[in-house]
Amino acid sequence: MSLITDNKLPVGSWAETLIDGLIDVSGGFFDAISGALEVMIESLVDVLTLLPPWLFIGIVAALVFWRQRNKGVTAFFVLSLLLIWNLGYWEETIETFSLIVYATGLCVLLGVPLGIAAAHRPWLFRLLRPILDLMQTIPPFVYLIPALTLFGLGVVPGLVSTIVFAIAAPIRLTYLGISEVPEELLEAGRAFGCTKRSLLLKVEIPAAMSSIRAGITQCIMLSLSMVVIAALVGADGLGKPVVRALNTVDIATGFEAGLAIVLVAIMLDRIFKTK
Amino acid sequence: MIEFKNVDVVFGKQPERALPLMDQQESRQTIQDQTGLVMGVRDASLKVGKGEICVLMGLSGSGKSSLLRTANGLNPVTRGSILIETEEGVQDFHALSEDDRRNVRMNTITMVFQKFALMPWLTVAENVGFGLEQKGLDKKTVREKAMHQLELVGLAEWADKRPDELSGGMQQRVGLARAFAMETDIILMDEPFSALDPLIRTQLQDELLHLQETLNKTVVFVSHDLDEALKLGNHIAIMKDGEIVQHDTPENIVLNPATDYVRDFVAHTNPVDVVNAQALMRPLDRFAEEDGRRRISKRDDCWLKLGGHISDTRLQYGDSTPLAVTQWTEGATLESLPKQPVVVNPQTKMQEVMALRYQTGHGVLVAENSAIVGYIGDRDIYHAMLGKLIGDD
Repeated sequence: MSLITDNKLPVGSWAETLIDGLIDVSGGFFDAISGALEVMIESLVDVLTLLPPWLFIGIVAALVFWRQRNKGVTAFFVLSLLLIWNLGYWEETIETFSLIVYATGLCVLLGVPLGIAAAHRPWLFRLLRPILDLMQTIPPFVYLIPALTLFGLGVVPGLVSTIVFAIAAPIRLTYLGISEVPEELLEAGRAFGCTKRSLLLKVEIPAAMSSIRAGITQCIMLSLSMVVIAALVGADGLGKPVVRALNTVDIATGFEAGLAIVLVAIMLDRIFKTK
Repeated sequence: MIEFKNVDVVFGKQPERALPLMDQQESRQTIQDQTGLVMGVRDASLKVGKGEICVLMGLSGSGKSSLLRTANGLNPVTRGSILIETEEGVQDFHALSEDDRRNVRMNTITMVFQKFALMPWLTVAENVGFGLEQKGLDKKTVREKAMHQLELVGLAEWADKRPDELSGGMQQRVGLARAFAMETDIILMDEPFSALDPLIRTQLQDELLHLQETLNKTVVFVSHDLDEALKLGNHIAIMKDGEIVQHDTPENIVLNPATDYVRDFVAHTNPVDVVNAQALMRPLDRFAEEDGRRRISKRDDCWLKLGGHISDTRLQYGDSTPLAVTQWTEGATLESLPKQPVVVNPQTKMQEVMALRYQTGHGVLVAENSAIVGYIGDRDIYHAMLGKLIGDD
């Protein structure tokens, strides 16, 4: 027995050495990324909080009604936002919203092209699949720690771990959508003179659109579920009151912040589900 | 014009490995066992001229679609060439660069698909304009041309609907309109009517023939339905196990099947719509001449005497009074015909020949350029119906 327990394999310290090495070699690089992302998120938060809440609610209501043509949904948006305002979580909601916008935006920007590339190249998907599995199965807390050391305390490690957690959805669903485009549509595209580029833009992406959109919706929901975890490393938003409530066993605050998160989730889901 | 020249198609990695085996006339199975490659087509040669409809005909797996798809590069050609008449003269499609192939697809050769292959997210008009947009035409022109084609196939009021709101027959009309909109000389049709129910299929076949009269395209048409092939084709290539076993006119396919395989196919068709008087008749020189007249039938003791003019022709049974003949033209009534022999032109369909034979009680004479060229008796009709020769007299 002691033969096994006596000499512990240094797996943990290997990981630590790797991360430390990364910081030594390219610490400046990560600092730059961290700085840039922080400025981007904070400026969005600043702009959105500059608007008085009633104006923001008005703009959202108008946009939702224009997109959905549905009075019920619009009324739900207005009432939800008014409730959040009333409960005193306005700023946190805006911060969470900005975090999700950036997380989802970056996931889509990276994930959709990756999914398309993987659908066209079987070897790339074989390479990606175990990495995606890993990213989805490793508990977020585990990579929160290296994210923290690489990017420092604040919103950026929260954003990065959110992306790690959520990006698998758009990659997988884009891959699925593109590889399931019916063969006859591809043939029709080629027979009518498509180049590789126009085949992608005019046939493959439109045909895969519902799958890609499902990937984006999932990505938003996954990002939202990371809000509380991101708050642990100092990301502002609705996660913070939850963490605070957890530490002080404050049922009232925890429930209010949780309710706000659920309302934001429902609203984001409705925005992206046209028809 | 499109010409397939000794085309071999092999599917799989490094398809050239199968070529030596194919040259040794090994079977499909042997080639697959030894190389793991699938032979699609072996040594197919075929020429389709402008204004012609050539039907590639065979059971599934016979290689007909594989051969068709080589014409616009949806399938690779392992050996052989495909010559296409383009604006820049005759070109070998598979020797062209990717850009040139794309030009050929946009300007010379287009396609209609079995399962329609319409883009479900585009409207009907946008689908018709899909290829035109690839050509780089501006939006207004695309729309105009698409609307014009939709009018031709009778779907103008459906222009802004989505394809899934249309029935199968209408969807394939959109497919036809999309192909015709490209204004190419060559149209490939891969079992375009197979997915439709029989009534709609017949209707679309008639429409295609009608459109072909004015548009005069070069059509390569794949079908597994011999009746369809016989109806549409100017000539038919019957394929089996990747090879063309007979390439002939519809009449000859029906009357002179080259192999047992073709004969089996033909056994279930009704020749009356397919075969015309020209194919049905026996030419005059097949009848023995005696005393300036030809013996038409020994059993009936029937004799044909030719005159200087068709109206001088006489048919005589034994020593009875010689009978005068009347000219019959298509569309004329059958019931009021006098009980005397009739003369028809070579394009008259077998159906009418049989009706005339029954109404008049005599065999039917065939005339071309004001001269009697042949005779159709019961023997010839039974031959065509039964698919085999019957002993005379």
